[in-house]
Amino acid sequence: MAEIRKPIPQPTPETQDFWDGTKSGELRLQRCRACSNVYFPPRPFCPKCASRKVESFVSSGKGKLSTYIINTRPAPGFEADAPYAIAVVELNEGPRLMTSIVGVAQTPEALPIDAPVEVAFESVSEAISLPKFRLTGGAK
Amino acid sequence: MKPGSVAIVGAAETTEMGLITDLSQLGLHADAALNALADCGLSPKDIDGVATAGSSPVEVAYYLGITPTWVDGTSVGGCSFMLHVRHAAAAINEGLCNTVLITHGESGKSRIGAGGWGAPSRQTLQGQFEAPYGPSGPPTMFTIPVLRYMQDLGLTHEQLAMVAVVQREWAGMNPRASFHEPITVDDVLNSRMIAYPFHLLECCLVTDGGGALILTSADRAKDFPTKPVYVIGTGESVETPMVSQMEDFTTSKAFRVSGKKAFDEAGISHEDVDHLMIYDAFAHLPIYGLEDLGFVGRGEAAQFIWDGNTRPGGKLPLNTNGGGLSYMHSGMYGMYALQESVRQLRGIAPAQVPNAKISIAHGVGGMFAAAGTIIMSNERP
Repeated sequence: MAEIRKPIPQPTPETQDFWDGTKSGELRLQRCRACSNVYFPPRPFCPKCASRKVESFVSSGKGKLSTYIINTRPAPGFEADAPYAIAVVELNEGPRLMTSIVGVAQTPEALPIDAPVEVAFESVSEAISLPKFRLTGGAK
Repeated sequence: MKPGSVAIVGAAETTEMGLITDLSQLGLHADAALNALADCGLSPKDIDGVATAGSSPVEVAYYLGITPTWVDGTSVGGCSFMLHVRHAAAAINEGLCNTVLITHGESGKSRIGAGGWGAPSRQTLQGQFEAPYGPSGPPTMFTIPVLRYMQDLGLTHEQLAMVAVVQREWAGMNPRASFHEPITVDDVLNSRMIAYPFHLLECCLVTDGGGALILTSADRAKDFPTKPVYVIGTGESVETPMVSQMEDFTTSKAFRVSGKKAFDEAGISHEDVDHLMIYDAFAHLPIYGLEDLGFVGRGEAAQFIWDGNTRPGGKLPLNTNGGGLSYMHSGMYGMYALQESVRQLRGIAPAQVPNAKISIAHGVGGMFAAAGTIIMSNERP
């Protein structure tokens, strides 16, 4: 039986720039040139004011741990990781994204809510690097 | 909708509930439909409107031998049936059809003839921006907002556990409930961890079952043998297909919009509500529901439940069938919440709330993706 692998994102025309960014070590967000709204996930118009005048820019990659769960029942391909946290990070620029917190024990004690984090890219295929995050504070 | 213009005249669940190994998903739709038709003395040829989710309305209409002039296949998760009631009311008032059958059937446990529940396509928003991080179904996604809620509003693990404890009390009064044995907060906190901070007993059951409703104009309702349950207020909304993109992890925008719309339509106040159903796929949902529907203030729901207000004898009986946590949960539970509201307003519920006149069934779809709210009364306004 073939080994089940973790799902790897497949970019669409609207998200290609984002995935090109992560591959080159940049976490790109989008900003509306009409109303200055910063948003995620990427789309070719502003979800706040519907303007098509939007631009991509490189995020600081810094933010805080907004919330998470710790999964004891791994998705196919994630068996070796369990239990693992599925987290949401809120970037300093505002948008939130689902992610993993790497380089730290996957326990409630090691993962304080609101802990500062920064992006750490993980290459999962020739075309795709996933934005993951690591803690930057004193937390262990 | 026009409050009280449409009534639920037929309502029934599948003959069996829990583990059903002799019916497929489509068979469960049909079993529930035939029970609801018998409930109000109709046959399939009397039905000219069909709504369902999970299966196609084409499949259900064909299988039952119905030729409809109106169909609704709105499928936004477990609250789809609340939206069907709302849409059916509008369709009946508009003259698009006269008698609507809404069905639900789901072989959630046995998975006989069940639809696929595969991973999202790698090109969808979820496929690109959530699936790569390893969520494995609702227990690992619906639960994500809760640590944020705990941090911001002081919810404790014990308070979250108490939601399950209180619902087990209601289930203990219901012969058809999956679980009857009383449980304690310690029992909940000592049950197996599924997705921290959620333990097994804070997650819904997985069972087989179904339910069906029949609606017609209130003017016709007197021709039926059943006690009419009038639809007096309705609401619906959607927010996001990705739980990570909720506007605020401590409150559901879809809940708030749907609930307000229903209350405004019905023209009632919270004090008028005798009985409440809030779709509880997981223990935090009644907490979000109580606050987002406006029954209590922000951050007050857990203590409200802890203090006994929602348990048998409390001032706001909540999830009186035992809920998704202890009654049954086939996957799209909204139908069972509606069924319990109808039973309460007919006065035939196993754990009957004395003199219940107004009931609300509030449903959620997806992981806080959608919401539907139906306010019912056994008195025509």
